[in-house]
Amino acid sequence: MPEPLIFEYSVPGRRGVEMPEPDVPEAPFPEGFLREDLPLPEVSEVDVVRHFLRLSQMNYGVDKGFYPLGSCTMKYNPKINEEMARLPGFAQLHPYQDLETVQGALALMYHLQEFLKEIGGFAAVSLQPAAGSQGELAGILMIRAYHRDRGEGKKRIKMLIPDSAHGTNPASSAMAGLRVVNIPSDRRGNIDLDALRRECDETVAGLMITNPNTLGLFDENLMEAIELVHRCGGLIYGDGANMNALMGICKPGEMGFDVMHYNLHKTFSTPHGGGGPGAGPVGASERLAPYLPGPIVAIDRERTVRPDEPVYTLVWPERSIGRVRAFHGHFGVFVRAYTYIRMHGPRLREVSEAAVLNANYLLARLRGIYPVPYDRLCKHEFVIMGRVPGTSVRALDISKRLMDYGFHPPTNYFPLIVPEALMIEPTETESKATLDAFAEAMRRIAEEARSDPQRVQQAPHTTPVRRLDEARAARQLILRYLPASEPRPAPAQV
Amino acid sequence: MRFIPHTEEERREMLRVIGVERIGDLFVDVPEAYRFPPLNLPEPLTELEVRWELEALAEANIHTGQYACFLGAGAYRHFIPAVIDELLRRGEFYTAYTPYQPEVSQGTLQAMFEFQSMICALTGMEVANASHYDGSSALAEAVLMALRLTRGERPKVLLFPTIHPEYRAVVHTYVQHLDVRLEGESGWTLDQLRRPLLLLEELEARLDAETAALVIPYPDFLGRVLPPSRLRETADRVHQAGALLIAVVNPIALALFEPPGNWGADIVVGEGQPLGIPLSFGGPYLGIMATRMAFVRQLPGRIVGETVDLEGRRGYVLTLSTREQHIRREKATSNITTNVGLMALAATIYLSVMGKHGLRQVASLCYHKAHYLAERIASLPGYEVWREHPFFHEFVVRTPRPVAEINRILYEDYQILGGYDLGQADPALAGHMLLCATEMNTREEVDALVEALGEIGPAREG
Amino acid sequence: MNIPPDLRYTESDEWVQLEGEEAVCGVTDYAQSQLSDVVYVELPEVGRTFQKGEVFGAIESVKAAADLYMPMSGTITAVNTDLVQNPEWVNQDPYGRAWLIRFRPSNPAEYETLMDAEAYRAHCEARAH
Repeated sequence: MPEPLIFEYSVPGRRGVEMPEPDVPEAPFPEGFLREDLPLPEVSEVDVVRHFLRLSQMNYGVDKGFYPLGSCTMKYNPKINEEMARLPGFAQLHPYQDLETVQGALALMYHLQEFLKEIGGFAAVSLQPAAGSQGELAGILMIRAYHRDRGEGKKRIKMLIPDSAHGTNPASSAMAGLRVVNIPSDRRGNIDLDALRRECDETVAGLMITNPNTLGLFDENLMEAIELVHRCGGLIYGDGANMNALMGICKPGEMGFDVMHYNLHKTFSTPHGGGGPGAGPVGASERLAPYLPGPIVAIDRERTVRPDEPVYTLVWPERSIGRVRAFHGHFGVFVRAYTYIRMHGPRLREVSEAAVLNANYLLARLRGIYPVPYDRLCKHEFVIMGRVPGTSVRALDISKRLMDYGFHPPTNYFPLIVPEALMIEPTETESKATLDAFAEAMRRIAEEARSDPQRVQQAPHTTPVRRLDEARAARQLILRYLPASEPRPAPAQV
Repeated sequence: MRFIPHTEEERREMLRVIGVERIGDLFVDVPEAYRFPPLNLPEPLTELEVRWELEALAEANIHTGQYACFLGAGAYRHFIPAVIDELLRRGEFYTAYTPYQPEVSQGTLQAMFEFQSMICALTGMEVANASHYDGSSALAEAVLMALRLTRGERPKVLLFPTIHPEYRAVVHTYVQHLDVRLEGESGWTLDQLRRPLLLLEELEARLDAETAALVIPYPDFLGRVLPPSRLRETADRVHQAGALLIAVVNPIALALFEPPGNWGADIVVGEGQPLGIPLSFGGPYLGIMATRMAFVRQLPGRIVGETVDLEGRRGYVLTLSTREQHIRREKATSNITTNVGLMALAATIYLSVMGKHGLRQVASLCYHKAHYLAERIASLPGYEVWREHPFFHEFVVRTPRPVAEINRILYEDYQILGGYDLGQADPALAGHMLLCATEMNTREEVDALVEALGEIGPAREG
Repeated sequence: MNIPPDLRYTESDEWVQLEGEEAVCGVTDYAQSQLSDVVYVELPEVGRTFQKGEVFGAIESVKAAADLYMPMSGTITAVNTDLVQNPEWVNQDPYGRAWLIRFRPSNPAEYETLMDAEAYRAHCEARAH
């Protein structure tokens, strides 16, 4: 049964929270400033608890089961992270307190910067960006500022982006005023070096590389691609969404990446929150470090008396691109990521090893059941084609049917270069038994596709709602609760 | 390892199925010279040890639950009912991702639809997105949106000088390589900054055929609320010039004051942190963004819409996705993907449980306490309070000694976290403090601050 | 796949029909089947002039968006405003009710550079593999 909207529980005069009466004299309100109506719901606390609890039960999260959403690294979110972020000494800090009163918070940020530098092999890290895509924008702005300072800002306006890249790469480049040039993939799923070579000239601002790429493959042309772009004066941007494959395996900064964002909500176990908050710190090589977004945390050399008792402060990188958000970044997310990294230390390598082991194991179990377009050793994820030969069942149908088996579907229809793509990222926190159960469900769905295709094509059958009419949603555009009496505004042609 | 479930035997079996001998064989495609570098990180801790370490770090701070806090300036301490965190900690909510698969994400989707509805109710607008990172980045996106809506033919954007300084900084960052001019925000004297209606006239005079948008804070960074009737005239002038009016709001203030939709704003952005989200040293917070239905196709970010399923039951989906980066790539309205869904959920629960009545009570308490504080400080020798314009819960005080000095004495000797040093925002405002009071400040705290300020007074000679 | 023999076609899946001084343009059956359920059509203002190959509008389904390219140079004389309210016509009747624009070609000779039905069929089949 559908859950009503919270507005539909509203009864005039009902109250959820009572606030104390004013303990100071009441000041008069200015005339002509006040609003008349405030059309918010009027409900009780019990209404609220039951409503949102029921809504939660209509959701699927990692805590409920396997969530192999490719490129999203849906690993288990340790519960200790949540408790630590809620410690009053963190959760109740105002961002403008005197720095002397927040030394613990600054220490945590400083050490997180240091940890991320070490993991990525970079010279410096800024924690500022709010999410991966904002980290990308920051990194691209840094590349542009670097070229500008060398008198090449007007000339270097071309960003090279492989066709397997996340959509954020071209979108971020366009926001920074760059022209996007697509670079195709070769037959092994690597950057096509001939195509890259043809584009490498004095107008190149940079190349954005996702490695492992969105096919889950370590790019075999990586070192040559980096070399080609560097030789023509361009810089290398690393999309760090797939770092879960690389911790302790290799360091992008050492391999020639000039700037890279990390996704703390992917690699470092902070929860995805139903679509955020994430955090997208940016790491930079020596030459780009001065351009990092600020402020960043540093040890205040002047005020540090004893080396074992450093005093921390906020500083601005010398040629910073500026702020990408107010205050100091998603601190609550930093606490969680710090907790996670401290529980692993150098053994983060085992995390990446197990992530890659799980992906290759699941790939081995699915090979022969579904076509594998680029069949070689994968890293933390892999892509299969959601097709069952001899049937009209599609990736979308397989995804929906997986819900009936109790699994969250993989990422589907991405990357765009694989038709009917199913992109599967198991992560290291899943057991062999879970992977076996998933592989078995996938096998049974392939069987059903032949014996009872309708069952698959009309799935899911067991979820709170069945397939939803997305065309209708886009055509009628009901985007907020409207009491039946109110007229519906129409979108214009803009 | 703690969160890796494999036994040694399972690992061997998995390697056998893959067809390799050792884990290391899975990494032969990584260039050998760079393979398996040492990770120079501190040794791992157990959960108990990590708790000790984090507790020690947390205790190295002084927090707003320990000391009375009168800091605002864009981040506010408000009462957070217990139900919010209780519900946020449902694993089904916080361990889910963006609701790409609506059949197993109706909880998130419906909550986001309710969030959009509440933001529309608060702002008086017709459509809201499912959140942006924070108020500052929402403003930057609103500016980009206005540039698109004026077809890139108008390169000028007028920023009111008393918009949050860090929000203005973020706008600068976003447009630094675009053909855009930001005007109006700096170069004003103390006297001019003290007269917001004069500033408004000055900015209106700069509207022309090159202007894409005028951005107005409501309340402004100094706490002041411009008269809605006057802003209605501003909106007319902006629209006559063919430009758009963007408002930057505090959502709690909107429980009292005429919402921007009523006085003609085209895009409304703001910081949603006051709606049930902890201070948390500056983030994660909640960017709010709303507009008119006519502009919905240029609104960035996720949007949830209502529809029906195969059996005709009401349900919710992400809609208008063709605006977004995963489909439009370089032609997308924005690069945003992950936003701050959980913070939007917190705000939705907050607004539900507070409701129409509770939110008004909170806003009124803020108003009364701030005015009580302002009046009492005004009577102190050496201090001057800016009271000539209506303000919400923040106001400016000229102090007899440098603000940093007063703040240091306040926390060292009185256990009080004083106001924001406005000299940091604008040199013209040096020697002025921005003080904030909310429902969290008791009369005793307020009186204690007034007493302390009185005792601190002007610096003594010699 | 429906490819009327009396129309001309572009590589980007627009169709064109000459009607006296004017031309009518829409998208093909192949295009609508690739897009699936069309939910939105964006059309230009009457009176605007475009060069051959310029983007004159956009068409969107739930999961895809495509730019519309001018098949020949010319000035817009009419747009199908009814279609904006009924985007599903693109799926139902791409060569009829779902016409997009009428325009006056500035270089009618460009018509001859467009594909005929046979060539367009080959173009579609080549992409199906």
